[in-house]
Amino acid sequence: MTNWTAATSAVSAAFLASLVEVVEAFTIVLAASVVRGWRPALAGAAAALAVLAALVLSLGPLIGRIPLDGLRVGIGFLLLLFGLRWLRKAILRAAGLIPLHDEESAFAEEAEELRGLARFQPSRADFIAGLAAFKAVLLEGVEVVFIVIAVGTGRGLLVPASLGALAACVLVLAVGAVVHRPLSRAPENTLKFLVGVMLSAFGVFWTAEGLGGQWPGADVALPSLAAVFGLVALGLVQAARACAPVAELART
Amino acid sequence: MKLLTAVLQEILGLFVDDGRLAIGVLAIVAAVAGLAAMAILPPALIGFALLAALVALLAENIIRRARARR
Repeated sequence: MTNWTAATSAVSAAFLASLVEVVEAFTIVLAASVVRGWRPALAGAAAALAVLAALVLSLGPLIGRIPLDGLRVGIGFLLLLFGLRWLRKAILRAAGLIPLHDEESAFAEEAEELRGLARFQPSRADFIAGLAAFKAVLLEGVEVVFIVIAVGTGRGLLVPASLGALAACVLVLAVGAVVHRPLSRAPENTLKFLVGVMLSAFGVFWTAEGLGGQWPGADVALPSLAAVFGLVALGLVQAARACAPVAELART
Repeated sequence: MKLLTAVLQEILGLFVDDGRLAIGVLAIVAAVAGLAAMAILPPALIGFALLAALVALLAENIIRRARARR
């Protein structure tokens, strides 16, 4: 029961978080491919994946040398920063205080920027498109790598968490290949809300364990922590709507 | 070099968006660690103290942001 709870939580968190990140990376790679063709876009994406693989292979063995309690506190603290940041943004977006992320407009902006750069530097247009794809895949990929390590390390669940992330990549690429347009219908803020809740729960769990804390029911506490964060976050969406000036809500 | 700087800035941005929230998380973890080290907080209460303080921090941050332009 305990192992299943931790494994399910780790796989779900890695899958959902990776879904968000891969959708964002896909939008930029698609924009680069629409402007300059698939070749430079795929070359940039492949180069970024190679850098990410090198990063994982070089840093992975070092993690095993860190004492477990120190590792849990360190990873738990980073998860808290990361998870609460996502949760805060998702709450503010759900409350209408900041605009929702729009993949269609992100795609249009990126494509327009690349077309502008290509006009100024036609001889380097393919390189610029490849660089945009490289940067997007690298930056979103770093987040995926961090999340997989963070949710998978504490209980030796790196492989299941990696499989969760891989499943998200395969899903996004399969859907993206079929529709061949930005995946703007993905419920991004709902996903970010869920991921923020789960990563915050993992963060509290690991930090407390690293500091010598004991949770009632051990790993079974993880879903309960997620439920607390989820209920608090839903309450905060309502509270923020009630507190915000009407004019600000109307603008967003 | 510009790419490396952009990557490092993005990596920092993964963890720190609202500086006040980040400093609050750091202060709470440090405070709970201190109380746990001095055995003021028993092991069974460490997690609950951390959870309560972080929930309060998040609530304060959201409400303050919502009221900011009132």
